[in-house]
Amino acid sequence: MAPLVPEFISPEFNLVIALIVGIGFGYALEQAGFSSSRKLVGLFYGYDFTVLKVFFTAGITAMTGVLVLGHLGLLNLEMLYINPTFLYSAIIGGLIMGAGFIMGGFCPGTSLCAAAVGRLDAMAFIGGSVVGILFFMEAFPLFEPIFVAEYLGVLTFYEVLNISPELFGVILTIVALGAFYATSKLEDHINNKKTDVPKNRKWVYSAIGVVPLLLIGLVWLTPSKKEYVRNLADRQAASGEAQLETMDIDELAFELVNHAHEYNLIDVRDTSSFSESIPTAINIPFDEIDSEAWTDLYKQPYKKNIFIGDSEETVLKAGILARIMGDEDPIILDSSVIDFRDAIYTPTEPAPDAPKHDKDVYRFRNNARIDLIRIEERLKNLQQPVKKVIKRVEGGCT
Amino acid sequence: MKPKAYMNPYLAGLFLGFVLLATIYITGRGLGASGGVKNAVMYGVEQTAPEHWENTEYYQNYEESNPGSPLNSFLFYEIIGVVIGAFISGVISNRIDLKFEKGPSITSKTRFFFAIMGGVLFGFGSQLGRGCTSGSALSGMAIMSFGGIITMFAIFGGAYMLAYFFRGLWLNTGGK
Repeated sequence: MAPLVPEFISPEFNLVIALIVGIGFGYALEQAGFSSSRKLVGLFYGYDFTVLKVFFTAGITAMTGVLVLGHLGLLNLEMLYINPTFLYSAIIGGLIMGAGFIMGGFCPGTSLCAAAVGRLDAMAFIGGSVVGILFFMEAFPLFEPIFVAEYLGVLTFYEVLNISPELFGVILTIVALGAFYATSKLEDHINNKKTDVPKNRKWVYSAIGVVPLLLIGLVWLTPSKKEYVRNLADRQAASGEAQLETMDIDELAFELVNHAHEYNLIDVRDTSSFSESIPTAINIPFDEIDSEAWTDLYKQPYKKNIFIGDSEETVLKAGILARIMGDEDPIILDSSVIDFRDAIYTPTEPAPDAPKHDKDVYRFRNNARIDLIRIEERLKNLQQPVKKVIKRVEGGCT
Repeated sequence: MKPKAYMNPYLAGLFLGFVLLATIYITGRGLGASGGVKNAVMYGVEQTAPEHWENTEYYQNYEESNPGSPLNSFLFYEIIGVVIGAFISGVISNRIDLKFEKGPSITSKTRFFFAIMGGVLFGFGSQLGRGCTSGSALSGMAIMSFGGIITMFAIFGGAYMLAYFFRGLWLNTGGK
């Protein structure tokens, strides 16, 4: 599952990737005409809206792609770098950049492109930006208070508006399409000319404009990979044909006392109730059971995973989800954790005339309790819950 | 030879969008430009004033979170690529030419002065705003980042607000 860095591509090779995508970036900018400052500032005087067209088309294309790839489970959106929001510096920095844009006629990326094709004004702009950056770094303590003020966290626009990412994508696409239409009319008006787009070309433009809307619409309406997997697990659990290996209380106690190292005990209850679990258990709440973070745990061939919890149904679904994610032989406990604790920690002494079997069970449970308490004591200092955290990729321009 | 026409803006945008998408898919992060320039500036400071480098908190903080040479960064290699890519495009379309580009009503000297001033402001603003048009605005839009899109509005909004005052730089003002 992407992103491929850092799990599949090393940080060193990442620099080669950087060079290659940079070439694509520079080629695209130059072909679009971004090496010309007069073309760039045309946006602000209305005689050339190329910047808006290229910029929005690129943004919408990439955004649609991110939504589609995430939906198909090919790209883990939780790992993507999202620039953190520091409200004041974002706005003030942006306004200062806007002033630089209208005075200099470039932004940093386009100035590099223009310098590459020999524009002397772009080289002057780059020289200026070196000075500006150096000034910021040297005088940083002066700007630090504003730099870190109003920190809102790693935040997306749809979270702020409290809508779904798909709805935000649709809105942004419609805004972009509207802007394309309006600015092409405006451009003609300001330049006193009339561009006649042939009828078949109009059809092509409209059809292409609808593509991102259709794609985002599909993402919106169809279940995501995660929902699909959950539905599949629900169906398998309901049909009663899941056929997972089960253990009862005494089998589990016996295995823990004698071969604890052969098993991972996974408690699928909420973390709040986890404090009273079975010794050696780790906690993966049911909501997170199908997170990518656990794939390695499910797929490893060395230990068998035993799922425990409160309700039989939840434990069964957890086992099925683990199997869908690559666990070949998940085991589930056929009783709840509370029942296990009751049976082992406070066994009821059978009457003197009870059958021999009951007395054996009692003796066994009593011994198991002593062993399990010993195991529990030994593990007390371990960090609980043992958790693998998926980190976001490092990125950004600072 | 006459320079070839520019690519259709929508087609160029589509191409750029796929470059950005591929970058996000492979690396989990977007594109950038000012950050790469910053790395080069840092390298210059480290090489020419090593003592100052050692004694300045900002550089030391950077080195702590990014050990090794400042040039050993994704964005620096990326902007090297940008220059190569733009040069290739310029060669293909016959646009390589050493020249000043300026509005019809100003001298080369004026253009030179304002290009430097614009660079200073943009460079400074990109550091304060944690990224420029590429890293903050464009890449921010692709992942729907709140801060990125806010910065995008601020950049273009700021330029529009000031456009009237600097019209002399770009438009034919009839000798005014």
